[in-house]
Amino acid sequence: MKFWRTLLAAAVLAFASAASASAARTDLVIGIPLEPPHLDPTAGAAAAIREVTYANVFQGLTRIGPNGEVLPDLAESWTISDDGKVYTFKLHTGVKFHDGTDFSAEDVKFSLDRARAENSINAQKQLFAAIDKVEVVDPATVKVTLAHPQGSFLYNMGWGDAVMVSPKSADTNKEKPIGTGPFKFDSWAKGSSITLVKADHYWGAPVFLEKVEFRVVPDAAAAVPALLSGDIQAFPFFDPDSVAQIKDDPRFKVVVGATEGETILSINNKKPPFDKLQVRQAISYALDRKAIIDGASAGLGLPIGSHMSPANKYYVDLTGRYPHDVAKAKELLKEAGLENGFKATLKLPPTSYARLGGEIIASQLRDVGINLEIIPVEWAQWLDQVFTKKDYDLTIVSHTEPNDIDIYARKDYYFNYDNPAFNKVIADLELTSDEAKRKELYAQAQKILADDAVVGFLYELPKVGVWDAKLQGLWENAPIPANDLTKVKWSD
Amino acid sequence: MTAYLLKRLAISVVTLALASMVVFAVLEILPGDPARLMLGMNASADQVELLRNQMGLNAPLVWRYLHWAGGLLNLDLGRSYTYSVPVIDLVRERLAVSLPLALIALALSTIIAIPIGLFSASRRGRAGDTIAMGAAQLGVAVPNFWFALMLIYVFAVWLRLVPAGGFSGWGAGVWQALKSLLLPAVALALPQAAILARVTRSALIEVLNEDYIRTARAKGLPYRTVLWRHALRNAMIPVLTILGLQFAFLLAGTIIIENVFYLPGLGRLVFQAITQRDLIVVESVVMLLVAAVIAVNLIVDLSYAVVDPRLRSRQ
Repeated sequence: MKFWRTLLAAAVLAFASAASASAARTDLVIGIPLEPPHLDPTAGAAAAIREVTYANVFQGLTRIGPNGEVLPDLAESWTISDDGKVYTFKLHTGVKFHDGTDFSAEDVKFSLDRARAENSINAQKQLFAAIDKVEVVDPATVKVTLAHPQGSFLYNMGWGDAVMVSPKSADTNKEKPIGTGPFKFDSWAKGSSITLVKADHYWGAPVFLEKVEFRVVPDAAAAVPALLSGDIQAFPFFDPDSVAQIKDDPRFKVVVGATEGETILSINNKKPPFDKLQVRQAISYALDRKAIIDGASAGLGLPIGSHMSPANKYYVDLTGRYPHDVAKAKELLKEAGLENGFKATLKLPPTSYARLGGEIIASQLRDVGINLEIIPVEWAQWLDQVFTKKDYDLTIVSHTEPNDIDIYARKDYYFNYDNPAFNKVIADLELTSDEAKRKELYAQAQKILADDAVVGFLYELPKVGVWDAKLQGLWENAPIPANDLTKVKWSD
Repeated sequence: MTAYLLKRLAISVVTLALASMVVFAVLEILPGDPARLMLGMNASADQVELLRNQMGLNAPLVWRYLHWAGGLLNLDLGRSYTYSVPVIDLVRERLAVSLPLALIALALSTIIAIPIGLFSASRRGRAGDTIAMGAAQLGVAVPNFWFALMLIYVFAVWLRLVPAGGFSGWGAGVWQALKSLLLPAVALALPQAAILARVTRSALIEVLNEDYIRTARAKGLPYRTVLWRHALRNAMIPVLTILGLQFAFLLAGTIIIENVFYLPGLGRLVFQAITQRDLIVVESVVMLLVAAVIAVNLIVDLSYAVVDPRLRSRQ
């Protein structure tokens, strides 16, 4: 009895001290599911790198805002020449890197030239492909000349891969990132956590937090007790299946937003019988998106009818193009000469949306006579066999790069899709900067993909964030991978 | 004894050499390209090729094996592809978690298991034995990740005595660090203790049926003395064998518990390295573990000789 009383007293004490400490809180512990391999966003594709560094440690000329909009960042303003080829950026002055060196137009030239160089291993090198030359006009002005006008140039410059780095620290950013942002890198306990602290001389609007720790919690089951115990106060990317345990607890906020992750049933368009349009359309009719969304994303994903996020300003709703219709699917298979159905394989990467969705899709396609053999693969295997060698029939994957409809026009991409009409639309888009025209071209592109039933369009991957109800300013959506902390604060 | 030791050492060296070849070959035929993994789906094939060259992945297989194995001989474990830091640094950081955790868990499991084994064996077939062995059976059967979650809910979420997970590092204070290792150590120790208790019990029962025990009792030695001095000592060999195996497991086979408590242990390092195809890390750490297991086995073999003097004279 005495033992329990002591325990209870200890627990009460712990509660009390936690409550008094929260009055003027300036620290935050954020849970992240995957540890970044390193912290240099210009040298790797891992989203986890950006989830720590974007907008916090590193900044670009422009940046992407919480809803996908392009905002000025290190460039205070810019002008665009009439032919759309020359961008003149006016930079903020008095900006310093975290190691004390001044940021100037020279660094912009260095960063952009480095990213587009012959031997660059920037994971999104295509962002810089249009750049012809970068010139320093004066320390606060830089002129970027493009080989051709590019409608998405300012957007491209807002990606994590296009951030500004200093020649002094560029080669060591992997281990000790040095940027111009409001937070500077403090320490990294490998496998465990990464700590950022408020930077000393920040040029922009002051931030509220003094210290932020990103703690790696790989297991979804461990995330719930970590929140409940108060050890971790925010999981911006939470497992949708665990939300039920948290959502009625008034101490926490559950925020469901959109990502740029189009989750699709990819089809090998060159492999018979998938080279026949009727077969691909039959698959689209056979899919019941509602059931897939309920089963694979806890009912939180938004259905899509083409390769565009419903949160994107260029989105057109094509979800009605192929309503769930088993009879129609069977009829199309019959037209294709496959009234007795056929067998195929479905390779599934290890993510839960793929593994759960795969089972449901296999059963839905069985209803129209397509018998799928499910082959679970590891991520590395998937990249090797499916993505690089194109050795697959069907697979499920979420394409998380923002605004990436152009992948269907890429040569040798794993869809094996090649439609000159579509390629033309994408080529036109690249050269068009007029907004109305771009919108129309994007609409055309989405429609062609839906008509061709290139892949089975399923749903937009939801972003489920869970955090302390007193915490404000975290992003609801994920237009790009990021945990922007510039506006995050505790209310009391 | 010296000849025995030398023979054991020679066998160990050959085992290590063979293991290095097998480990290297198996990982090389694993599908997956570390360069493509790092650059993601938007990078071009040329860029992947460029990175492969930078990482030295395009060199001939035999050359790469010799380079790696030669490094191992100089105690150079190579450089991680993904983290781009020396593997030895990664291992050292992880061992700061895994080694204390394994030792605490092992100590806990021994402290729990041996008395239970003694108790059960000396009350064989009676109510106490049945209850103790029933509990041990339960301990073996309960999945340890579930048990770990229950521990977290009680001691971290409800009572808030210890953190729900994570590791603050030894720099933040020994007490802090021990606190974060306590629940995982208990979760790891329980099933191990259950197995160990059962092994101790059956080994003891076997020994207690021996003639010399009857003789010892017949010459008037008290039961307690017989149990502790004559029976337990002779029953130690299977117990030590199991302990050796458990230590090897605890050092790197605890990925599930490390995940539940998000501890940066050696098991998670290997697991992460496998999924990211950080082959050099996997290869080097596996070799270290092979070496550790061989060393532990050697120690266990030598300790047989300590507990059983007969093995000392026998070659």
